[in-house]
Amino acid sequence: MENKDLNSPGYEIPDDMQGVVSITTMDRIYNWGRRSSVWPLMFGLACCAIEMICTAASRYDFSRFGMEVMRPSPRQADMMLVSGTVTKKMAPTIVRLYNQMPEPKYVVAMGACASGGGPFKEGYNVVSGVDKLIPVDVYVPGCPPTPQALINGLIKLQELIDTQSIKQVRWYQKGELAAVPIPILGPDLIYQRDIPAIHDAGKEA
Amino acid sequence: MATPIEAPTLDFSSRFPEGVVADERKGFEGYIVDADKLIEFATALRDEFGYDYLSSVTGVDYVAEEMLEVVYHAYKTIGGAGLVYKVQVARDKAEVPSLYDVFPGADFQEREAWDLMGIKFTGHPDLRRILLWEGFDGHPLRKDWQEAYYEADVKPFKSRWPEGNFYRSEEKVDYKANVKYPGNFDPEKWVPEGEDALYGSLAKYEDTDTSGLKTDHITVNLGPQHPSTHGVFRIAATLDGETIMNMKPVMGYLHRNHEKIGERNTYLQNMPFTDRLDYLSSMSNNFGYALAVEKLMNIEVPERAEYIRVLMAELTRVQNHLFAIGMFLNDLGAFFTPSLYAIEERELVLDIFEMVSGSRMMCNYFRFGGLARDLPEGALTMIRGLAFERLPRKVDEMDRFLSDNEILRSRTVGQGYLSAEDAIRYSAAGPMLRASGVPYDIRRADPYSIYDRFDFNVAVRQNGDIFDRYIIRLDEIRESLRIIQQAVEQIPEGPIQTGKPQYQVRVPAGESYGRVEGPKGELGFYVVSDGKANPYRYHVRAPSFINLTAFGPMCQGLKIADVVAVLGSIDIVLGETDR
Repeated sequence: MENKDLNSPGYEIPDDMQGVVSITTMDRIYNWGRRSSVWPLMFGLACCAIEMICTAASRYDFSRFGMEVMRPSPRQADMMLVSGTVTKKMAPTIVRLYNQMPEPKYVVAMGACASGGGPFKEGYNVVSGVDKLIPVDVYVPGCPPTPQALINGLIKLQELIDTQSIKQVRWYQKGELAAVPIPILGPDLIYQRDIPAIHDAGKEA
Repeated sequence: MATPIEAPTLDFSSRFPEGVVADERKGFEGYIVDADKLIEFATALRDEFGYDYLSSVTGVDYVAEEMLEVVYHAYKTIGGAGLVYKVQVARDKAEVPSLYDVFPGADFQEREAWDLMGIKFTGHPDLRRILLWEGFDGHPLRKDWQEAYYEADVKPFKSRWPEGNFYRSEEKVDYKANVKYPGNFDPEKWVPEGEDALYGSLAKYEDTDTSGLKTDHITVNLGPQHPSTHGVFRIAATLDGETIMNMKPVMGYLHRNHEKIGERNTYLQNMPFTDRLDYLSSMSNNFGYALAVEKLMNIEVPERAEYIRVLMAELTRVQNHLFAIGMFLNDLGAFFTPSLYAIEERELVLDIFEMVSGSRMMCNYFRFGGLARDLPEGALTMIRGLAFERLPRKVDEMDRFLSDNEILRSRTVGQGYLSAEDAIRYSAAGPMLRASGVPYDIRRADPYSIYDRFDFNVAVRQNGDIFDRYIIRLDEIRESLRIIQQAVEQIPEGPIQTGKPQYQVRVPAGESYGRVEGPKGELGFYVVSDGKANPYRYHVRAPSFINLTAFGPMCQGLKIADVVAVLGSIDIVLGETDR
């Protein structure tokens, strides 16, 4: 839905009521509440976590955006800031954390590693980007992104929240939301979707 | 440049008529010891020759010679040059006696060599994989082991240079991901090994308390996602009530294959990767790596560059310790307020880094034989302002607010004790070693660069508890500021690079071990060159990793809540712990 339609109710307020009454949409007020208190999961992976801490500290201070309440428990968090290299050994934990977060939830991939593997992509223990495991809403480039870049990414996330409609968001649809299957640590990382294919390949060999 | 202390030529022929010979390969040094003489040799070195500190243990895979070599670097804690000794074994039967009983500091390093190289250390009580997980296929640092995205042995890859017909690595592999499985692997029949090995080794402890009620012991995991573990670190502990009976650190959650990638890279390509080791102190990491390669290339560094290097390394120490103190107070429960003050000062140092190198954290500023660029205008004035005015005042302020705080004192004084003997035995380094009363600082004990010109004290504290490991960081900041103050006064004009800056350097065959006193401790780079454009072996002696060896023993008998305080006082960075 267009941002414009979502946020304008389409009613004119008579002149004598101006300043006393304001009419807005359900979506607008719902999104305004959510975008102003996005609580990140307190979860640092690598170098980017240091820049994330700097963004939380006094000079950059993302509490200006209502984001300073970092929650160590995924059950209380709205957003996962994947701040660093996702390794295979860490992959099951990340997916488990994501599954434990209640909806609505967002994922920000911070930095080159979380976005696509970054400088360590070729490594044998590195997952080529966190989007191989869980859906990502905002990618922030940089190695590491400066606090300014991260704040820009967080503002992008707020803009994304602004465009969501209560009628269409996935967490108000009928039926249960499927959990993301947790990858398994085998001889190498095993994505559950690949198991039939690996089985067939093993038979041929 | 400080004249390196000459290694004394030791004559082992009378003490060891057999089994110990000098390493006579060109560019190599030290001694080659027979595997069955190793323990006797190491014990004699420690007890008779004074080499009581085992700094580094690592392996090298000489695939052409069908040989694996374990390399040991030993030092004296009274200072001076080191001694290298090696054990050579056949690749298909790689078994070396473990030095665990002589130097418990070899514990994790031997486990790492087993994990990544497949060298079996007989007699090691707990030889499990450490960075990867049990069940991983193969030993990745062996030269014939190839990762899923393997393209060629060394860079630059043909697909990237000179034509640049690059592709996404995912497109060329099975399953479109960075994975590969053994040929006959069947995931449906396969049973994961899980963590039985870890819990099995945790169950090994002696229950000395037989009085009173018999209680069950429980196993608790902290991490890898935990606010007090400084990243993706995990602690598995067996508890009796709240008391720790046995504790094992579990790591590798940030193992990003630094060494394997480093052996594919060209020498200069590794420089930005070293930034990402201990990502709080990238300048120090650059320093260590540059020293190791410069030693191999045998080149000098111009005066001005040496001064800038020292300035940057000491500023790094200041900002690292500020961050460490802030995070340590976080762990004690003073949530984020001390950190805010510490980070505020750290930002000012980062401004200088950004000014000189273009990046706040990943500086990539050092080059072999010099620096990437000269100091920009105004940088020295800023450093001067920080070192003479602002930082001394702020450090005093932190000291005043924090050090006498009753809660901090009661949580830290006398807790997490590590004796001087144990600190040496466990190969602890840096502030951790010095807080236990061992005045060992590489800047003084084995001076590199121009550290012999500055007047500074080696910070030492005697009690070896958490409090001393906190207060010694304040001492070190003060000493670093003294060095910076002298360096900004003395810095000369001149070139900042020997010869022309090069992308590709010529490195003669041989080995070298470059070590610096990083903010976390002794940071060493072991580089073996075969004369080609890429290091044949590239190993990092990571202080955060080795300092953790003493972590388990230190925590035994403490309450679980104190474990985070002990960990905070060790000051680890996971990028370096796991590499």
